[in-house]
Amino acid sequence: MALPANHPPESADLRALAARALSMRRHMLTMARGPGQGYVGQGLGIADVLAALYFHELRWDPGDLAAPDRDRFLLSTGHYSIALWAALAEAGVFPLSELSTYGADDSRLDMSTLDTTPGVEMIGGSLGHGLGQAVGMALGLRLAGSPARIFCELSDGEMQEGATWEAAMSASHFGLDGMVALIDCNGIQADGAVVLDMEPVAEKWRAFGFSTAEIDGNDMAAVVAALARTRQRDGRPHAIVLRTRPGFGIPTLMAREKAHFIRVDAGEWDALAAELEREGVRND
Amino acid sequence: MTERIFTRAMGVDEVSGVRPTVEAPFGHALAALGAERPEIVGMTADLGKYTDILPFRDAFPDRFFNMGMAEQNLVAAAAGFARTGFMPFATTYGVFASRRAYDFVAIAVAHSSLPVKIVAGLPGLTTGYGGTHQAIEDLGLMSLIPGLVVIDPCDATEIAAATRAAAEHPGPVYLRLLRGKVPVVFQPEGFLFEIGKARLLREGGDVGIIATGFMTERALDAADRLDALGLAAGVLHVPCLKPFDAEAVADFALRCDRIVTAENHVMRGGLASLVVEALHERGIQRSVRRIGLPDRFMECGAVPTLQKRYRITVDDIVASAEERA
Repeated sequence: MALPANHPPESADLRALAARALSMRRHMLTMARGPGQGYVGQGLGIADVLAALYFHELRWDPGDLAAPDRDRFLLSTGHYSIALWAALAEAGVFPLSELSTYGADDSRLDMSTLDTTPGVEMIGGSLGHGLGQAVGMALGLRLAGSPARIFCELSDGEMQEGATWEAAMSASHFGLDGMVALIDCNGIQADGAVVLDMEPVAEKWRAFGFSTAEIDGNDMAAVVAALARTRQRDGRPHAIVLRTRPGFGIPTLMAREKAHFIRVDAGEWDALAAELEREGVRND
Repeated sequence: MTERIFTRAMGVDEVSGVRPTVEAPFGHALAALGAERPEIVGMTADLGKYTDILPFRDAFPDRFFNMGMAEQNLVAAAAGFARTGFMPFATTYGVFASRRAYDFVAIAVAHSSLPVKIVAGLPGLTTGYGGTHQAIEDLGLMSLIPGLVVIDPCDATEIAAATRAAAEHPGPVYLRLLRGKVPVVFQPEGFLFEIGKARLLREGGDVGIIATGFMTERALDAADRLDALGLAAGVLHVPCLKPFDAEAVADFALRCDRIVTAENHVMRGGLASLVVEALHERGIQRSVRRIGLPDRFMECGAVPTLQKRYRITVDDIVASAEERA
């Protein structure tokens, strides 16, 4: 079983990671163009974090997805699958040509994750499920003597699910310092802007015993640095509060008021793609 | 003035009192299994003491995890544990495993056929704590979850055997738990438990009693009394609600003039519903009388009082069996 080195490289190539993120954003537009809709806003918002994880921080091998000591990434918000498919395709887990099947009947690339797709670690989408499963995985890996870590994405709206806090309590109680909660605070949920005020988010996680950082989730350097700090294992689980912007990389989408689920007219895709390229060049 | 009855509120009164008992058969069976299978871990949600899992904890303290009063997280974490190669046995009360953690059992566990075994105390009317603690609809709820095995064992012997069978089964299992001093109805020597198989205990003729859980013990006692009354009464024990042994039920019904079902559960969605479906699908016409709990939440009280009030005693089975269609 071939596994990458035990630790990620100390220094990250931020330009290379930004290029990955841009490439993933292109993939997402390809995917959404098929059905004409999708959770593009969230996907574009979380793209930098997934690029940093899959191409720098995670110890994993796209050619050996079941390696027992692999680091795990759990996508608790299953409807962000568009971002996960982009990352996994970019890493070569499945061919780029398959991306155009996103959301189509019989496609492996569903609009919400099932664990039957290669590279998916759990069924996401029933919100509030991810962090508890991360707790069980972290307990299991520790019991098995594995150094592997668990990264669990969840969203600000998802913090309204009580099970999230049950899991947070137990992660802290069991001292699961191999576990990282990645909280995507993008300010939107199904009924619009965040329905219940969840602030102060970082203080909540700190109060639950997590080693907590709060960063701009669309600043690659900040994301990479925050992920690197979670390598410290001092008996506390980690939380990174990620302030992300839905639709990041495409100003027209970022300006949309209703960004939870995006439908785009057939004629708009080329304009959005052109905007993404302009922004990508500017950010570079 | 009417006599007031006091019993222990959290009820170890599952037993009918005439048979020998075994203390904590589940916990001892799990501890024995734990020695053979290092992948087994024990989990509970602040009910270790009340779900008989402490013998496992004492034998394997490093493999025991108390998740606190958090049943959704108990089940989610069990799913995560299972995904790292372990086999969690997670205990709580039936009400919490079913009503409270249902989405987690369905999606986090059963959807992926993970080897999580949920062991559920206080089944049906075995506690005097009222609707908050009486799992009167758990068999129906859990049977509706695709791929989940649902077992309602009769006695100490079957609990031990079902615990082992659950560990040998690759997928998820919901096992109803009789705890504390549990009666011995089946002789342990040579006892075999096979998931999905009914057990013919007694051939009938005039009436066939189809029972699950501890109601089978009562069905046997009822059959003895019916025999003395000149009625040939058979007993088919169906410990698995899922998979359900519809063939055995149909074969048994064909050999009996009429059927009585007996379950420690509401009469809708549990054993009675499955029996009626099985007979109807095969075009077998028999009258079916149902012994079970009513479609209502019940009050707090002494367990024997409530079981009598809601008609799940031996007397009630005898009375139903005597009625002709």
